[in-house]
Parts: sequence; structure tokens; C-alpha cells
Amino acid sequence: MIFVTTGTQAPFNRLVKAMDDIAGDLNGEEVIVQAFGVDFETKHIKVVGFLDPSEYTKIFERARLIVSHAGIGSILSALTKGKPIIVMPRKADLNEHRDNHQYDTTRNMSTLGYVPVAHDPAELRTILMGMLSTLKEDGEKVIGEYASDSLINSIRSFILKD
Amino acid sequence: MKVIAIASVGGHWVELQRLMPAFSGMELVFISTRASLGHTVSDHKFYSIPDANRWNKFKLILVLMKVFKIIYSEKPDVIISTGAAPGLMGLAVGKMLRIRTIWVDTIASASKLSLSGRIARKFVDRIYTQWPSLASDDIIYAGNVLS
Repeated sequence: MIFVTTGTQAPFNRLVKAMDDIAGDLNGEEVIVQAFGVDFETKHIKVVGFLDPSEYTKIFERARLIVSHAGIGSILSALTKGKPIIVMPRKADLNEHRDNHQYDTTRNMSTLGYVPVAHDPAELRTILMGMLSTLKEDGEKVIGEYASDSLINSIRSFILKD
Repeated sequence: MKVIAIASVGGHWVELQRLMPAFSGMELVFISTRASLGHTVSDHKFYSIPDANRWNKFKLILVLMKVFKIIYSEKPDVIISTGAAPGLMGLAVGKMLRIRTIWVDTIASASKLSLSGRIARKFVDRIYTQWPSLASDDIIYAGNVLS
């Protein structure tokens, strides 16, 4: 199963449409899409609105691949759980977000080597098909459950100082 | 030591949860914008408030009043936020009530501080960025939420 997550802020129909198209070529693999404001009829995917945290976790755990808008929550969840993820950033000039910060996120995350980034539906298809074919072979980058010790310690000592 | 930790649902909340070890042994109270998140932190007191962003001024004021009421009654020693607008309001209320305030700017803001972060910078007691290139005299870089 592939889980597509687009956050809680705004519709992201460019990604939903792209995944609906791609899903038609996946030999019937289930694709669950969490999205708002889907304004067209989907053919190959199952669309759900807001998921409560436990439902979200359940689907997330079950998925073998995550496709996500470049929301930091989804990226961190995938990295924490060691799930392979592909992100597609929202574009401000298509009214998908207030500004282009998702581009900054993806630029920096991909520089760090954490996540593959697709900038348009064609690139998404290429990366996704490539990842599905190699999925079990290379080790995914995994992060721990908490922030870096240096950040934790700095905050803690500031709180505890007089 | 009593800490109020405030963040909007989504990435801001996830980032806040990743700071949990910083508060171990302290009394911790959460404020967020989705009631169902309360179940994920059931060991702690949790308040739910409406969400608001800078597009809806009326709602911002409503949220500000709710946040004020919570903070005024809880009287924490420190308030910390990872964003976004509701968290900023929490820190502003904290400032008003002479409570120490901490802003941790989201890791999503890599080329400059987030809008809320730039406002917070003007009044909070401590502000963190998660990107070394954004550190300065008053903005601290001490690592990030990724570990």
C-alpha cells in the first residue's frame, strides 16, 4: 500500500491528480490519499479527509511507501519510522500555500540526503517507479525519536536557570 | 518548574514532541489546535484552542483571549513554542505576564526565520533556529529536531 499525505492546511490537487494517474499503472496496489478539497473524480485511489492521530499512524505503519507534500510533520514521521518517502513541495504561485517555504524545506532536506524530491507529476512518476522497484534493497536513513542532545540540553538549561 | 508548551497541529506539533526530554521531571501543560492530540500526551494536561493564521484577524483575537485565559490560570514559569501563530500569541501573553519565553523556529524555515519567528525575535527571552546559517548574536543554533 502507498500512503499519500497532503496535510491539513489546504488542497493539493496537483499531487492528488498525479497519484491518481500513477495508481492506474501499479497493478492494483492500494493507494490511500489523505487530502482536502479534491475537486475532481478519482479513478484509482481512495481519498480520506482528516485522519485522527491513531488512524493516521495505523495507515502510515502499514504503507510501504509514503508520498507527501513537503510538510515537516510528514517528513519527520517517515524518517523516524524508517519509511521510504518521496516529497512534492507546494508552490505558492499555484496557490498551493501562502509562500514557497516547502521549496526551502525540500532543498535543504535533499541536500542533506534525507528525502527524494519530485517537483512535478512527471518527476514523481519516475522517482516512484524507481523506488518501488528497489524498495527493499537499500537502507533508508532513519532518525531517532527526539531532537539532537545539544538542542535538548540548551533548552533544558535555559528553563532551569534562575 | 512548570512549563507550557504550545504548537499548532501538524509539523509544529511533531517538532514540539521531539523536544520532550528537555522537560523531563517538570510539570508540563500542552496547548494545541486539535482536541484529538490530547490523547497522544495523556500523561499531561492538554488544552485545545481554535486554529488561526494571519489571514483571519477576528479568529486571531478569539485565540488570543483563549490563550490568555489558560496561561493566566496556569501561571507557568516558562512558555515554549515551535509555532505557528497561536504559539506566537502564547509567547506574547507570556511576555505580558512576565513569564520567560522560548521560541524554537521550525526546521522548515531554512533560508530565513519564519514570519512568526521574526515577530517573536523582537520580544522573546530566547530564540532558536535549526539552521547554522541563520544563527546570529541573539538567534541561537544548538542543533535541530532531527537528532
